[in-house]
Amino acid sequence: METGLYALQRVSAMIMAPLIVVHLGIILYAMRGGLTAAEIMSRTEGSVAWALFYGLFVVCAAVHAPIGVRSVLREWTPLAPRLIDAAMLVFGAALLVLGVRAVYAVTGGWS
Amino acid sequence: MQDMTEQETMLEVAIWRGGADGRFVTYEVPLRANQTVLDVVTEVQRRHEPALAYRFACRVGVCGSCAMTVNGAPKWTCRTHVKQVAATGKITIEPLRNLPRIKDLATDMTGFFEKWDRAGGRFRGSATRHDEPARVDPASRQRQYADAGIECINCAVCYAACEVVAWDDAYYGPAALNRAWTLVNDERHAATKQTLADASDRGGCGNCHSQGSCVRHCPIGLNPTRSIAGLKRMSLLQFVGMGR
Ligand code: SF4
Ligand code: SF4
Ligand code: FES
Repeated sequence: METGLYALQRVSAMIMAPLIVVHLGIILYAMRGGLTAAEIMSRTEGSVAWALFYGLFVVCAAVHAPIGVRSVLREWTPLAPRLIDAAMLVFGAALLVLGVRAVYAVTGGWS
Repeated sequence: MQDMTEQETMLEVAIWRGGADGRFVTYEVPLRANQTVLDVVTEVQRRHEPALAYRFACRVGVCGSCAMTVNGAPKWTCRTHVKQVAATGKITIEPLRNLPRIKDLATDMTGFFEKWDRAGGRFRGSATRHDEPARVDPASRQRQYADAGIECINCAVCYAACEVVAWDDAYYGPAALNRAWTLVNDERHAATKQTLADASDRGGCGNCHSQGSCVRHCPIGLNPTRSIAGLKRMSLLQFVGMGR
């Protein structure tokens, strides 16, 4: 189980690293001449590619973050390991739901 | 002779007395040439404080029983010279960190050795006394990995230096994991898979932050951080089905 989580955390980081670079790169590139929310939406709405891109991002973040926070809580708080594990499942699920909602809001409308 | 003609320079030594709720007591001992911290503790015990509890055996850096916290850092006291640590003419000597204090400078090392076991550190042979001795190629990569960590004297200096041990009671610590690494690289060991599984379990290698306090303080110059990185790598490969 520990090795599995360790592997998942590394793999999710490896996937996220290029996604973050693209994410930041595009923000900088697209913002050069100013950009409105409406313009962003016109490009992302209905785009399956952006939905997949950010969908993957959200899944990786929802896997990666709780594993890291779990370690921090184990080292820095006296909370019971079981309790931490349960809290991290909830935390991961919350990240996933919030993230998927956001991706849907920005790219939704595809059929 | 010298002592009579010259005024003795004194060294101020603050030593922890009592258990967890103890306190420092200060003694004065003469500063001598080639004096180790263990010599100082012995002198205090002989001349000032016969009830002072501390451990030592070999006095030459082999047995690993004399480690203490000297001026805040974990040291093997029999091979730490006073002149290396007492630039100010004062030394503070406490028991090792991260271990329960029994009395004065003696700690309870049970947990340290139990973790050694839990991390998979027990050798299991596959051969009997009737078999030929194993022929191990000293130049093989595996044997070189094992050799790099094999000289550990179980002094617990690294265990006292490790922040993760201080934070997380469950963590096995550098010495136990270094031991597990030497075992998984020992081709005579019959339980490599089990050792690797134990060493990467809840208290195992995944907890290490790789910052190397253990390396910095190990008196033998071992590198537990590298051994633990080896365990991480090996357990990952095993996990994805590429283990050897
Ligand atoms: S490198 Fe790992 S084992 Fe060594 S002191 Fe740091 S956390 Fe502890
Ligand atoms: S690894 Fe070094 S510091 Fe740690 S117990 Fe062994 S000899 Fe002592
Ligand atoms: S007394 Fe044996 S190592 Fe110091």
